[in-house]
Amino acid sequence: MANILVFIDTPTAQPGKAQRELLTLGHRLGEPVVALGSPAADETVAAYANLGATALYAPAGALAGTLIAGEAAFVAEAARACSAGAVLLPNSADGKEIAARVGIKLSAGVITDAVDVTADLTVTKSVLAGGYTVNARAVQGTPVITVKPNSVEPTDAAATSPEVTTLEVADAGPAARVTETVEKAVSARPELQDARIVVSGGRGLDGDFTPVEQLADALGAAVGASRAATDAGWIEHSYQVGQTGKTISPQLYICAGISGAIQHKAGMQTSQVIVAINSDEDAPIFEIADFGIVGDARSVLPQAAAEIQRRKG
Amino acid sequence: MSVTSGAPLKVLVLVKHVPDAQFDRHLTGSDHVIDRSESILSELDEYAVEAALQLVEARGGAKAGHTVTALTMGPERASAAVKKSLQMGATDGVHINDPALAGSDAAATSLVLASAVNHLGGFDVIITGMASTDGETSLVPAQLAERLSLPQLTMVSSLELGEDGVLTARRDSDTTSKTLQAATPALVSVTDQGEEARYPNFKGIMGAKKKKTVALSLSDLGLEASQVGAAGSWTRIEDASPRPPREAGTVVTDSGNAGVELVDFLADKKLL
Ligand SMILES: Cc1cc2nc3c(=O)[nH]c(=O)nc-3n(C[C@H](O)[C@H](O)[C@H](O)COP(=O)(O)OP(=O)(O)OC[C@H]3O[C@@H](n4cnc5c(N)ncnc54)[C@H](O)[C@@H]3O)c2cc1C
Repeated sequence: MANILVFIDTPTAQPGKAQRELLTLGHRLGEPVVALGSPAADETVAAYANLGATALYAPAGALAGTLIAGEAAFVAEAARACSAGAVLLPNSADGKEIAARVGIKLSAGVITDAVDVTADLTVTKSVLAGGYTVNARAVQGTPVITVKPNSVEPTDAAATSPEVTTLEVADAGPAARVTETVEKAVSARPELQDARIVVSGGRGLDGDFTPVEQLADALGAAVGASRAATDAGWIEHSYQVGQTGKTISPQLYICAGISGAIQHKAGMQTSQVIVAINSDEDAPIFEIADFGIVGDARSVLPQAAAEIQRRKG
Repeated sequence: MSVTSGAPLKVLVLVKHVPDAQFDRHLTGSDHVIDRSESILSELDEYAVEAALQLVEARGGAKAGHTVTALTMGPERASAAVKKSLQMGATDGVHINDPALAGSDAAATSLVLASAVNHLGGFDVIITGMASTDGETSLVPAQLAERLSLPQLTMVSSLELGEDGVLTARRDSDTTSKTLQAATPALVSVTDQGEEARYPNFKGIMGAKKKKTVALSLSDLGLEASQVGAAGSWTRIEDASPRPPREAGTVVTDSGNAGVELVDFLADKKLL
C-alpha cells in the first residue's frame, strides 16, 4: 500500500478531531505516515502512534520562525523520503499555502478544499461559492490535497510503534520572519468550524450581539456573523461566515438580521437546515431558508432562547 | 535593493478579471471552465491595488518616480481589469494574452506570472489579492513566491515599507496575530481586512486613457503552449454538477409568538 503523508501542523499529546480525521483519511487511502510540524517529543510521538501512524518524520529544529517556506521545504522532503503516494494537509490558510509550495517543489498538482477523497485519489470539492460540486484529480506528480474539517468520520486505528526520522531541512529559501505572535483569547463556545449548530447575526442586530449569544448558548451553538457585523467591529473577524470568512455546513444554521448576499451564502448554503429571521419579507435569505420568520431579531431571538430554557425545565 | 539606494520604488500588482458574483456563474464545456461573459476586476484584487498605491504614495507617489504596474493574464476582455487599476492610480499596465492560456490551473498560472515577473524585471514588491473570487484557492501567491524564490508576506491586513527596505505586515488567524518582516524584493498578498479600495475619480478615469499597457504573448515569455492552459495544468476537473437549488421553506410573520414557533420547528426537526 502507498504511503500517505499526513502533515500535522501543531503536534499535541491530545490530537483534536481535525487531526484525527486526516489520519483516518490517510488509513483509508494507504499507510498513514505523519510529518510533524515541530521537533519530535515523546508524548506527541506516542499520540500519533496511538492513531496508527506507520512512520513519523520530524524537523530537526523549529519551523515556526518563518512563514510557510520552512514548513513547505520540510513537507516536500518528507514526501520524497517516504515516496508518498499522496500528501494530505489541513485546509487552513497555512495548510493551503504550504500545499501550494510543496506542489511546485514536487512538480505535483494541488487540490484545496477537499470534502472527500476516493481510493483512486479523486477529490470531491465544491466551487463557485457552493454553486457546483466537482470531482478533480492531480494529473501530474504526487497529489497534494488540503482537506476541510468534518469531511470524514474519525475512527480508531490499531496503535503502532513507528520509526521516527529526523529531517534536516536543507535550504528553505528566502522567507519572512515571524517577529511577534500574539495569541488570541479562546472562546468557551464551540468552534465555528466544528459546531453542529451555528447562530449568526448581521447588520440587523444594530451593534448588540447579546440576543445572538443568548440563543447560541441555549442551543449549545457556535456564534457566527456577516461581514457587515465584523466590519462594524461588533464582533471579531474570525467569526465571519462567507467567501472571505469561514465556509461551514452545520446541521442547523440560524441567521438573524442577515440579508443573504452571495458572499455570505458562499459560506453557509450547504448547511443542512437553514432558519432566517429578517424584518424584510423580501430579503433574499428567505429564498434558501427552510424556516423563515419575518420579524425583529431583537425580540424573536430572546423569546426563542427563553422558550428553550423553559422546555429544558 | 533599489529601495534603500533611494531609487524609485517599483511595485507590481497582479489583477484578475473574474465573473461577477452578483450574477449566476456557470461551468461550461468539456473542460468545465468558467463562463466569463459578465466579468469585473476581482473585488479582492482591488485591495491589492489599494495597498500598492499606498506604498508608493507614502514615498511621494508617481511624481517622485515611483511606479505601480498592474498586470493581468487573460483573454482580450481582461484588459478591463488593468484599465480599472489604471483609473484607480496605477502608472502602467501589462496584459498577457494568448489563446493557449485558457483553462490554466494554479501551477500553470503561477508559471506564466513568474515568467512575466522575470521578463519585466526589477520589482521591489509584488502584491496580489488573498484569493481570486472565482478559483478561491489562494494557491497562486504562494506558488509565485516559491517559483521566484521570494519571501512571502501573505494574507496580511496591514503593510508598511520602512526606509531600510524592510516590509512589516500583520497576518491574523483564528488563534494568533503574527507580525511578519522581510526585506524587499518580496511577495505580498492582502486580505479584505485592509484599507477599503478607492473609487476611480474623474481625474483618474481621464488620466488612465493616456497610460500605457504592454501586451505580452507566450513567446515573449519564452513559454510553449504545452506548458500552460489545460495542457500544462497539473490538475483536472473530471466532472461538475450544479448544486440542486435550495427550496424555500415556510415563512411566517411574527405576531408576537415567532420565537416559540421557531422552537417548535426545531423540536419537530429533532434539532433541540
Ligand atoms: C469581495 C467580497 C467579499 C465578501 N465576503 C463576505 C463574507 O465572507 N461574509 C459576508 O457575510 N459578507 C461578505 N461580503 C459582504 C456582502 O456582500 C454583504 O455586504 C454582507 O454580507 C451584508 O451583511 P448583512 O447581511 O449583515 O447586512 P445587510 O445586507 O445590510 O442586511 C441586513 C439585514 O438585516 C435586516 N434587518 C434590519 N433590522 C433588522 C431587525 N431588527 N431584525 C431582523 N432583521 C433586520 C435587513 O432587512 C437586512 O436584510 C463580501 C463582499 C465582497 C465584495
